Amino acid sequence: MGKISAKTGNEAMAEAMRQINPDVVAAYPITPATEIVQIFAGFKSDGLVDTEFIATESEHSALSACIGSAASGARTMTATASQGLVLMQEMLYIASGLRLPIVIAEVNRALSSPINIHCDHSDTMGARDSGWIQIYSENAQEAYDNLIQAVRIAESALLPVMVTIDGFIISHGMERIEIIPDEEVKGFIGEYRPRYTLLDEERSITMGAIDFTDYFFEHKRQQIEAMKEAKEKIIEVSKEFNSRFKRDYGLFECYRLEDARYALVVLGSTGGTVKVVVDELREDGVKAGLLKVRVFRPFPWQEIKDTLAYIPFIAVMDRSDGLSSLGGPVFQEIRSALYDIDSRPKVINYIYGLGGRDTKLHHIKQVFQDLQGIDRTGRIDGLINYLGVRE
Amino acid sequence: MAVRLKDLAKKPEGLASGHRGCAGCMEPIAVRQILLAIDNPCVVCCTTGCLEVVTTIFPFTAWKVPFIHSAFESAAATISGVETAYKVLKKRGKIKDRGTKFIAIGGDGGTYDIGFQALSGAIERGHDIVYICLDNEAYMNTGIQRSSATPMGAHTTTSPAGKVIPGKREFRKDLTRCIASHNIPYVAQAVPSKWRDLITKVKKAVEVKGPAFINILSPCRLGWGYPPEDTIEIGNEAVETCFWPIYEVEDGKWRLTYKPKEKKPVSEWLKKQGRFKHLFKPGNESILEEIQDHIDQEWERLQRLCS
Amino acid sequence: MSLKTKGWRELPIGGLILEGGTSEMYKTGGWRSLKPIWSEEKCTHCLTCWIYCPDSAILLSDEKVQGINYDYCKGCGICAKECPTKVKAIEMVEER
Ligand SMILES: Cc1ncc(C[n+]2csc(CCOP(=O)(O)OP(=O)(O)O)c2C)c(N)n1
Ligand code: SF4
Ligand code: SF4
Repeated sequence: MGKISAKTGNEAMAEAMRQINPDVVAAYPITPATEIVQIFAGFKSDGLVDTEFIATESEHSALSACIGSAASGARTMTATASQGLVLMQEMLYIASGLRLPIVIAEVNRALSSPINIHCDHSDTMGARDSGWIQIYSENAQEAYDNLIQAVRIAESALLPVMVTIDGFIISHGMERIEIIPDEEVKGFIGEYRPRYTLLDEERSITMGAIDFTDYFFEHKRQQIEAMKEAKEKIIEVSKEFNSRFKRDYGLFECYRLEDARYALVVLGSTGGTVKVVVDELREDGVKAGLLKVRVFRPFPWQEIKDTLAYIPFIAVMDRSDGLSSLGGPVFQEIRSALYDIDSRPKVINYIYGLGGRDTKLHHIKQVFQDLQGIDRTGRIDGLINYLGVRE
Repeated sequence: MAVRLKDLAKKPEGLASGHRGCAGCMEPIAVRQILLAIDNPCVVCCTTGCLEVVTTIFPFTAWKVPFIHSAFESAAATISGVETAYKVLKKRGKIKDRGTKFIAIGGDGGTYDIGFQALSGAIERGHDIVYICLDNEAYMNTGIQRSSATPMGAHTTTSPAGKVIPGKREFRKDLTRCIASHNIPYVAQAVPSKWRDLITKVKKAVEVKGPAFINILSPCRLGWGYPPEDTIEIGNEAVETCFWPIYEVEDGKWRLTYKPKEKKPVSEWLKKQGRFKHLFKPGNESILEEIQDHIDQEWERLQRLCS
Repeated sequence: MSLKTKGWRELPIGGLILEGGTSEMYKTGGWRSLKPIWSEEKCTHCLTCWIYCPDSAILLSDEKVQGINYDYCKGCGICAKECPTKVKAIEMVEER
């Protein structure tokens, strides 16, 4: 049994990083992830970690330094948010293409313009096709647990991982969380044994070579497969985490879903709000449920399909809009996953909480009411809806 | 001890044959000299550009030392990560101390322009790295576009010599001086035509504790427009005309490592290169004068710094 | 290494090349239009050609020039031009 303590999401992530004590952390400050970097720098100054900390001059360089470090066989982490993640974008693809197990603690924040420091998921959704495993956390406890698991996941899948929390809502919200004893974290993550490293004495490898048309596709095919296979690795690591620390994580969480007639799909902190509403509705006899996606990359579409197949009315909540005119990315992917079902559920989309707009219980209730309306009338009035925006 | 070719010839080559550099390209000549200068194990990181492309076409690598390329602008940051990993893995007893050296190599595009920030950041942080710019005065790999290293008057595909505009209008950025302003232990300018000078400088650069920077002029027969056999001569004449003085700044002390016996007029160097051809047409005399004046002023300034 | 025929499962991951110097399997000699001919009699083994050859195509043995490696020599002519004026041990001829 770990120690119970009060921590913000950022403190929880920084605490996980202290316990992981990575070889190298290279980072750059940005609201609302700055604290993670600051707290970690403090750990370093106080001798609580013996990580090498590189305070770079930009996020682009932070991730570039991480790439150099991971390519040299060092366990490597960074933290960022929003514009920082976007500035890293070029290097995100390079890190995953080189199959480097770097871990990012990411704090979700809207993207400029207009500049806004509050939560939405535009930043990580923009990076969803960059070949990084993406794990979303509902609260500080999950963020802490996910970050510890991410190290193992990255190193077994040989893919980089980003663990995210919702900016301010979780990053700055104080929670009661259970901290695993240092030694047990150490035992769980184990020693990192890199497969290929620039510091190999035996052979001189070349990393980052140029592929012409004759090899590029094969290399990408490998990466596609690695992402597919990552699913099993995530499940394995989560199982072991549960057996050691008694907290159960899957690819997604089902909340009162078995017999549900109306379901919401969400990522991140809104999961907590939805759970409250689901409980209330259940009291009133409404068969409401929630599917909270934890792992968005790889996208566990088969499992999601099997789970949602029997739920006739589904609303997918997106905390970002793809600006494609077809709603948010989660909606598009969930809807596509359900396509092969003969009597497929009705699926509608809600864009919500952009730029930190508060999503309250009554908003969520409204969504369930809309689903009930569709059930009654058989008619969908709005495929893509905007929750909480002034008309 | 003076560097001798007979001694260098005993060493294994760090760069293999079979790379796809143009016949007569200076970049592989520079790299061979750099790697011959380093006696310790080393890791090399390149920016995107001619050198990286011609040496690492999968599955063929010309590098016999560990090599990484990440992106166009990020060699300095990437090598800083490699160096840091080495430091910490050594500290934690995971690898042996082999005295490994960390070398980043960038084109002028990857160094003067898009990678300038990453370079400034990495050397300010004090990493024990050597950053080497192979300055061929334009973006050659993408087809000869101007960079901030392109000299005034030069024709490139984005500063073309046309009917009203006679090539690049701006003087080149003095990057070596910019880097010297970072007050790092070692900064130098060199050219592979003067191999002994270059190799001596690389040896010093890897020996100093902390960051070192060497700016190497790397004539490009394709982009500069001259026959391939002239590469070494063009390099030498850049020095003889004081277009590219070779010097070093060691712990803040400036020193010319070679002084031409007699400064040649720059037009002698310019006229051998296709990129300056238009400057010799009637009506462009004033541009040639402007170029010569600028070189004279810079040479004066450098001599003052070195005195 | 004939990777060309290999499927994606058989290639090393991450686009890595797992050993150094594999470019030696790629012969660039075919690029030549001029060919350097080295004269053993004239050569003083000053190694000037060797330090300036972009393609490491000057063959050495015991720090002495042995000839030209035509598998890789691209015929740039630097060696011939830089061979000291008094020696001129390398001559460029038309490649046939
Ligand atoms: C971010 C980014 N922008 C542009 C490019 C395209 N690009 C690749 S190499 C190159 C020019 C390289 O020039 P330089 O650094 O001078 O090296 P050279 O090829 O001349 O040796 C450019 C523009 C790129 N790869 N990445
Ligand atoms: S274009 Fe210029 S720099 Fe590039 S390989 Fe050819 S000669 Fe060398
Ligand atoms: S012609 Fe050029 S490539 Fe061939 S040996 Fe001489 S210098 Fe080397």
